[in-house]
Amino acid sequence: MSQQNVGTLDIERIRSDFPILEREFDDQQVVYLDNAATTQTPDPVIDAMSDYYRYTNSNVHRGIHHLSQEASEAYERAHDRVADFIGASGREEVIFTKNTTESENLVAYSWGLSELGPSDEVVLTEMEHHASLVTWQQIANRTGADVKYIRIDEDGRLDMDHARECITDDTAILSAVHVSNTLGTVNPVTELTELAHEHDALSFIDGAQAVPNRPVDVKAIDADFYAFSGHKMAGPTGIGVLYGKQHLLEEMDPYLYGGGMIRKVTFEDSTWADLPWKFEPGTPQIAEAVGLDAAIDYLEEIGIERVQAHEEELAEYAYERLEAEGDVEIYGPEPGPDRSGLVGFNLESVHAHDLASIMNDHAVAIRAGDHCTQPLHDKLGVAASARASFYVYNTREEVDKLVAAIDDARQLFA
Amino acid sequence: MGMGSDMYRQQILDHYKSPRNYGELEDPTFTHVGENPMCGDEIRMDVKLDDEGTIERVAFSGDGCAISQASASMLSGKLTGKTVDELLEMDRNDIIDMLGVDISPMRVKCAVLAEKVAQDGAKIHRGELDKSKTSTED
Repeated sequence: MSQQNVGTLDIERIRSDFPILEREFDDQQVVYLDNAATTQTPDPVIDAMSDYYRYTNSNVHRGIHHLSQEASEAYERAHDRVADFIGASGREEVIFTKNTTESENLVAYSWGLSELGPSDEVVLTEMEHHASLVTWQQIANRTGADVKYIRIDEDGRLDMDHARECITDDTAILSAVHVSNTLGTVNPVTELTELAHEHDALSFIDGAQAVPNRPVDVKAIDADFYAFSGHKMAGPTGIGVLYGKQHLLEEMDPYLYGGGMIRKVTFEDSTWADLPWKFEPGTPQIAEAVGLDAAIDYLEEIGIERVQAHEEELAEYAYERLEAEGDVEIYGPEPGPDRSGLVGFNLESVHAHDLASIMNDHAVAIRAGDHCTQPLHDKLGVAASARASFYVYNTREEVDKLVAAIDDARQLFA
Repeated sequence: MGMGSDMYRQQILDHYKSPRNYGELEDPTFTHVGENPMCGDEIRMDVKLDDEGTIERVAFSGDGCAISQASASMLSGKLTGKTVDELLEMDRNDIIDMLGVDISPMRVKCAVLAEKVAQDGAKIHRGELDKSKTSTED
């Protein structure tokens, strides 16, 4: 697979794995361009999950019986698969959560609440998703820590000089998005992590928009924590990942308690199970773990580099077409190595929500709103923006339909 | 293309492009503001009552999507001559009837913003409510 040319995808074959793309509304085939919100799920992933329920379903880590053994093995194997996919050392460093947001909260509660104090600083970026912004803001409020935001420049890139000013010896943790869900900016997370480490601070990277569409190696980044969600990478909803360096996870106490995460319980006290189970209390998302495992298979079979190349090609095409419109403001950096496959924009004469509604009349699905980055929208000076985001099954013809729908909206509002 | 949109029929676009009663009243009986955080829509409604408590004039100002602004423009005309009780009796069905189009579920908040602002303004005026700003998320 890795020998095949980057960028040449058999789109028709790929699309046939996603029956949802055949759906029609008012006799128009859906054009799904809301992949940064959630990606569609291919048949092999759906089949893996339904096969699990049909033939393997059982609770994990409890039963002596065959089914429980098989379910436990499948669930544990999914941790190994994820570890291998992102370059973690092993399953000990891979905790399954509900989503990226819960991964942020796990570290904020387990590490932040006990480690942060009034003399500490949490450094975020102006382009943080609410998942990390609200979480760290609230934990800082409770612990008395300060929050600083690394500025973005006019092109929507992080101001790295300002980053060097923000990250100081008082910084306890840096939390930054790998790829902005609003601007599409790919941040220099290795450099940011290095800056944090120079000041003995930890680095938490939110990879929700990165892992689905580019090779990610957490060890190469040297991130202390790294988070992402299954449903944005052809996997199911209900499962997210927190990667953490093993020695840090070992030192941290769990913040959710219950069954499955304990070693020994008496009426007076409890001790915790080994990693990663210490952080996975209660019956976990077993079918979703099986689905995530299958999603990684699916992406690797295509080749994650080719997913990236395809997405970037479409984003570049969309950027060019939208820019040629003249009255479309596009947010974020120009196409290039630090720009991902999503395009946030506004049409001058039409509110983003009106635009999304008119798009919907053409069966073109885009996102409009604040994309969970309200402070960033305040900074951009707009209440809302429209966003088209692409995945492995999208085509140039679909970008053309997006632009045609924009032309229609402009005409309607002229 | 130009197949047009069910939600953006001529009447809505007309009110959006040429809003009626846009601006502020010099001597309103009550004034209230509100927002729809989902869309970033903002509306201010000024209402002038006559001696009998009937709505004499309404003005609105604000910024936002076509649905919210057209709804405010149409409502400003519809309210004239109504009593405050009649205003308070209105519900979202009245607004959807007034707009005359199918409003998709995600956009209903945009449509009812002006009505909520006017109603909350009336309640505050009567001393039945204490609120500085209305939100469709309340």
